[in-house]
Amino acid sequence: MSNRQQSFPGPDDITRITIPNGITILVRANFNSPSVVIGGHLACGSLFDTDEKSGLADFTASGLMRGTETRTFQQIFDALESVGAAMSFGAGAHNTGFSGRSLIEDLPLMLDLLADVLRHPVFPAEQIERLRAQFLTNLAQRAQDTAEMASITFDQIVFKGHPYARPEDGWPETIRAIQRDDLADFHQRCFGPRGMVIALVGAIEPKTAIDQVIEALGDWANVAQMSLPALPPHKPLKKVVTRRYKIPGKSQADLVIGASGPYRKDPEYIADTLGNSVLGQFGLGGRIGKVVREKSGLAYYASSSLNAGIGPGSWAVSAGVNPANVQKARDLICEEIARFVEKGVTPEELADSQSNFIGRLPLSLESNSGVASALLNIELYDLGLDYYRRYPAMVGAVTREQVLTAVRKYLDPERLAIAIAGP
Amino acid sequence: MKKTHSEHTLSNGLKVLLKEIHTAPLVSSWVWYRVGSRDETSGRTGISHWVEHMQFKGTPQFPASSLDRDISRDGGIWNAFTFMDWTAYLETMPADKIDLGLRLEADRMSNSLFEEKEVASERTVVISEREGNENEPLFLLGEAVQQAAFRVHPYHHEIIGDLVDLKSMSRDDLYQHYRTYYLPNNAIIGVAGDFKTSQMLARIRELFEPIPAGTLPAHLARPEPAAKGEHWLTVEGPGETTFLDISYHAPAGNDPDFFVLTVLDSLLAGPSGLSIFGGGGLSNKTSRLYRALVEKELAVGVGGSTLTTVDPYLYSISITVHPDRKPDQVLSAFDAEVKRIQGEPVTAEEISRAIKQARALFAYQSENITSQASWLGHAEMFANYDWFLTYLDKLSKVTPADIQTAAQKYLRSQNRVVGTYIPNGAEVQA
Repeated sequence: MSNRQQSFPGPDDITRITIPNGITILVRANFNSPSVVIGGHLACGSLFDTDEKSGLADFTASGLMRGTETRTFQQIFDALESVGAAMSFGAGAHNTGFSGRSLIEDLPLMLDLLADVLRHPVFPAEQIERLRAQFLTNLAQRAQDTAEMASITFDQIVFKGHPYARPEDGWPETIRAIQRDDLADFHQRCFGPRGMVIALVGAIEPKTAIDQVIEALGDWANVAQMSLPALPPHKPLKKVVTRRYKIPGKSQADLVIGASGPYRKDPEYIADTLGNSVLGQFGLGGRIGKVVREKSGLAYYASSSLNAGIGPGSWAVSAGVNPANVQKARDLICEEIARFVEKGVTPEELADSQSNFIGRLPLSLESNSGVASALLNIELYDLGLDYYRRYPAMVGAVTREQVLTAVRKYLDPERLAIAIAGP
Repeated sequence: MKKTHSEHTLSNGLKVLLKEIHTAPLVSSWVWYRVGSRDETSGRTGISHWVEHMQFKGTPQFPASSLDRDISRDGGIWNAFTFMDWTAYLETMPADKIDLGLRLEADRMSNSLFEEKEVASERTVVISEREGNENEPLFLLGEAVQQAAFRVHPYHHEIIGDLVDLKSMSRDDLYQHYRTYYLPNNAIIGVAGDFKTSQMLARIRELFEPIPAGTLPAHLARPEPAAKGEHWLTVEGPGETTFLDISYHAPAGNDPDFFVLTVLDSLLAGPSGLSIFGGGGLSNKTSRLYRALVEKELAVGVGGSTLTTVDPYLYSISITVHPDRKPDQVLSAFDAEVKRIQGEPVTAEEISRAIKQARALFAYQSENITSQASWLGHAEMFANYDWFLTYLDKLSKVTPADIQTAAQKYLRSQNRVVGTYIPNGAEVQA
């Protein structure tokens, strides 16, 4: 059998370096498959967006691969697809992320393309119009998707007046308002090497990988690169706020019920995730799954999720139910949240989730893409290169009292956001 | 593929495929039954999928409340899938914990309870699953196209089943279906990961060999007669977006033409991944249809789908129509591309490009032990494991003439159903 500890990334097998222009490179070798995964992000995102042009950061990210000074859209994708490689970009609030994979023999090509689209995109007008039509179609489909609209409505309640209330992909009217020059201007102001992180995991020696990244991106500079605006303060809800988004003709409604959540860097984050596991993750959806699906047969999916990032996160229960059962499901979920906040988790429940978190680690770190996202987490949230080696002990040390304190800090049955989308 | 595997058959007919992979301390185990929606008659549609749900509702040894707890405590994942031809159950667990997954599968091969109250609660869960599907225009369209393509063959209904049957089937119907098909001589277990073959085989024998074999009914033998002309249909529903689903009758998974169709699909609509979970992770922006439809602003997206079925199924192309275009404009441009690939041989270079893509996708899936284990049994469901081992070789042998012949044989309008989803443009109100 393999030695389990050996499979977790740690300081002895992660190579990390920050090069003079500000790019941090993380590499871990894995020679089990002749392939490589690239992941990373740049320090620009939708926090730069305005209400009138929300979606600009994401539009720009998608526009990067539509043509450069020396390559057309078809040439870029011909290079990638000819070798079975993939690369894509997308924007979040704080970051523009990228990911890609290829056979290891094609890594130099991947880095050359990555550098070219990051440094020399030209946003051809014709391509941008084509992209706009695709975005507008996606938004028309989003408007028909009960789960997506419930989630957007939830964010609008929880983050009212805060940039997190804006969906990253914007709205039809804002996507129509964005001009081709807005993309070029956004790229000029916001894209640069400072704060960029790139992780490579695959069949390559770390030194070779780092040399290749330096070759492609080491001389990138942008003196105009702006820093992200500071995040405005977020005010938690003071009462229960319910909002419905009507989508006629649908067979199923979606509910999202919850509140804002922790920052990823909060010390109680692991206690929160254990609490979330008990509430709506463990097994087939924790307590929520038991009550809403197993006992009442109300929904095919019912669970809770905790999203934590650089700023305030969200903690929410979601379920898809027959429109006639919305009220019943809402009451059950609210009762379950109230019970959870009042009594916390039992010793058995905590032990179960602790055991699950520790036991599933090898599976989450099995593939190159799993390791790449672990490396990016380490970097983005300052977790330390030994984080995944320390993680089992940190999880094991959490007590019921810590979970209860952490849960009560965010979830309050008197201050919940309730979003419903459906017919 | 250099990694070896071994095949065994137990005295009760259970076939066992084992493959050692020592890259991570994990083991993935899959049990496959040769039963799916193709084995369902009118009045019983959706029964295979519902039975799959009931398999999570407990046995005397593993009550429902402890099942998911036991697996999850050990950090495992478990799941199940119902397809047209098969139903599969998987556990991927830390290597030293897989015994629990094996014991559970041996137990629920014959001891599931199907309690009346669990059947009642799962009835509404399955109906809710169907209602969630019905929220999706492409589900509604796909269901109508499938129905139009198969008048005789039981591939005509969706795996989830029809609402009327989901409302009327009883506990006894479900239990009978379970006892009829969940037999060792109708099953395969495929295990891959960090174990020793001799030990794993001994343990599987110990757990599964006592389960008696049974008499299996024959699969429904209702081959679909050749289509006699093009079918057209429309589905109307909410939204603003028009979709096209163009589906051609296509060869079965073990037909040599399937490999030709795989390359043809790669050239037309882009490479498909090698995963039963779908999705390949590769873009298709240089495929012929993307260039002809999306780059010409007739569509905003296009994709192709082939399925490795036991009997001939469908090659489907799904198109999201550009908001400023009409579906017939899109169909004309689509037909021009079909005509082109039927009329002019593709280049050898295009084929070798498709092979390289397939090779890359093959390498990506090999990083994942769950995926590796899935192929042991999955390939056996419609062919045999050799199908998977020789997959890249078979693709490499496809010639330009093969592609042209297959395009002429399968991509005929008389051999297809053209479905259009027409949005009724219902106003969305905030």
